[in-house]
Amino acid sequence: MPDKKKNLIDQSLQDLNNDGVDRRGFLKCMAWAGTGLAWTMSGGIPVSRAFAKGYGKDAGKGADFTFVQISDSHIGFNKPANPDVTATLQTAINKINAMPHKPDFIIHTGDLSQLSKPSEFDTLDQVLKGASAKQVYFVPGEHDMLSDNGEQFLQRYGKGTKGTGWYSFDHKGVHFVGLVNVANLKAGGMGSLGHEQLEWLADDLHGRSASTPIVLFAHIPLWTIYPDWGWGTDDSEQALSYVKRFGSVTVLNGHIHQIMQKVEGKVSFHTAMSTAFPQPAPGTAPSAGPMKVPADQLQRVLGITDVNYLVSGRSLAVVDSPLWDSGSPASGNAG
Amino acid sequence: MTRNNMWVAGVGMPVLIGILLLFAVSPSVKGSDQPSEANAAVKIDNFVFGPQTLTVPVGTKVTWTNSDDIPHTSVSTEGVFKSKVLDTDEKFSYTFTKAGTYPYYCTIHPKMTGKVVVQ
Repeated sequence: MPDKKKNLIDQSLQDLNNDGVDRRGFLKCMAWAGTGLAWTMSGGIPVSRAFAKGYGKDAGKGADFTFVQISDSHIGFNKPANPDVTATLQTAINKINAMPHKPDFIIHTGDLSQLSKPSEFDTLDQVLKGASAKQVYFVPGEHDMLSDNGEQFLQRYGKGTKGTGWYSFDHKGVHFVGLVNVANLKAGGMGSLGHEQLEWLADDLHGRSASTPIVLFAHIPLWTIYPDWGWGTDDSEQALSYVKRFGSVTVLNGHIHQIMQKVEGKVSFHTAMSTAFPQPAPGTAPSAGPMKVPADQLQRVLGITDVNYLVSGRSLAVVDSPLWDSGSPASGNAG
Repeated sequence: MTRNNMWVAGVGMPVLIGILLLFAVSPSVKGSDQPSEANAAVKIDNFVFGPQTLTVPVGTKVTWTNSDDIPHTSVSTEGVFKSKVLDTDEKFSYTFTKAGTYPYYCTIHPKMTGKVVVQ
């Protein structure tokens, strides 16, 4: 293990040298490079880390702050394997509310609705109102931009954002960037950020210290998981080139309704489970359509992701938690 | 209806093309000619337009039906036609009055592409 760790650090050093970050910059980054290490050891291959029993008590302990990612609520979907997606979203919120450390905010990485209907957004709003964290940051999924090019989404969830709904904000020293890669998709392509957004991103990151931890979040994965199913973003490479100089970059996505993780240099990629229905692993089914699972299994394949940041120390913990949890008071509440 | 669609989309296609070629019907006649009563179908199933290339005579009404649990659209790449969002079992029809090749895709899942060849 120590050898492995050393190798990783050596590799990080090499990467940093290539990137022209000086030694001082590197040392400053180390707080965050260290955070990547824990991940690197379990990353590289798709890994699902469920809440272990007893996790709950220490979750977020000592962290400077915690936030939660939820994704793909698909309110309005009513087919197998989940005829009641509102109930499973409610279970996810109950789970968040039961966290021993209240998250500072929630990030929803898109597909709030199934068909962009006002009633679907209304239902989502109603359920989210019950969350302990009042601040929710959204990016749209393709299901939220049907018919009206996302106008309704922008009105409801994108006030003050740029373009089709992208924006950034800072929270306790971490720079968060919400990106939209579901608008103006081209025939035959995958997700797309587009020239205007990329320019904005370059500008948004310009001048920021390389030691600033960066969190990028968007609906469709910003790394190519499975092109045949469109599970990637055509111009994500360019976006990622802009964050290369930073010491710690975390990329959070949804869309594929399952956990996938990858670490590339100082960039950690992560996709979240859906709160509505699971999708098959890449290439294991004729299409990416909803995966049908027995009713008693459903809550094992839906879930939330919480991220604990410890700025002063060296830890970043991303924990994926299925809705099903024998020890959780929330588990009984989904219809 | 379904039988007819299947005939046109499947077995009938080469025959239709053959007939058209035999009679050397000029495809460049302006869109003013009355569409004949031909129908053809595209089924959206498992995130695929089937058949991916549909060849029909001028005047054919093509109907797309979404058989997936996930919404799709059928939108001309060149802006010729545009369906609303098709939820499960919903349909969209467009009558092709001019010869040409009409590529289209699902704007929600742009990997899904197809084309209609009108002769």
